[in-house]
Amino acid sequence: MTKEEILQRLPYTPPFLFVDALEYIDEEKVIGSYTFDAQMPCYKGHFSDYPVTPGVLLTEVMAQTGLVCLGIYLLRDTLTAHTPRVAMTATYIDFYLSVFPGETVTVHAEKVYFRFGKLKCSVVLKNASGEDICGGTIEGMIINKPNE
Amino acid sequence: MDKETFIAQLREIVRPYAKNQEALEQISASTDFIQDLKINSANLVDVVLDVEEKYDIVIQNEEMERMLNVQAAMDIVTSKLKEK
Repeated sequence: MTKEEILQRLPYTPPFLFVDALEYIDEEKVIGSYTFDAQMPCYKGHFSDYPVTPGVLLTEVMAQTGLVCLGIYLLRDTLTAHTPRVAMTATYIDFYLSVFPGETVTVHAEKVYFRFGKLKCSVVLKNASGEDICGGTIEGMIINKPNE
Repeated sequence: MDKETFIAQLREIVRPYAKNQEALEQISASTDFIQDLKINSANLVDVVLDVEEKYDIVIQNEEMERMLNVQAAMDIVTSKLKEK
């Protein structure tokens, strides 16, 4: 499965698609990037006079790449026409640096385990200078069944 | 391994994941992990992984699907330990 085919399988569309490109993927790890559009409406309110990317969106970037792209890749041999359903079930993230409008971030995610439909990953988000923005663990269920 | 020993060991495995700690203290063979202990299905995976590690066994997908209460966990672990 190519990196482009994984992106086509993602169950997201704008304004909630937070993966632009995958740089690398194998059974154990994935690297992907995303650029935050400076025109995103959330910057008008977070914060009122000081636009900073909300931590929940940084977490979402890491989850869409680390959990969902990697999950689709791990299930690649059993996927049919449908897209697997995903549910984030736990996160533990520490935050170190702010991300400002227009910045590009890179997710580095490594599989801890994938058993019984649950994928647990350790994740790190880096900025263009290679500094750690945030990181921790994200867990989710990847359910390879048609929507009911 | 007798039933009381297994239940006592299982209680410690389940403790970090059980949302209902009162029900955990009353744990018995009929305790249901999801209904009684309020463990979510994602954390049930961690319970099963911790059971595998504790007893040095490998649990299959169809066994995992049946492992919804203490009795089922005991049956599966007991039969796995006999195979060793």
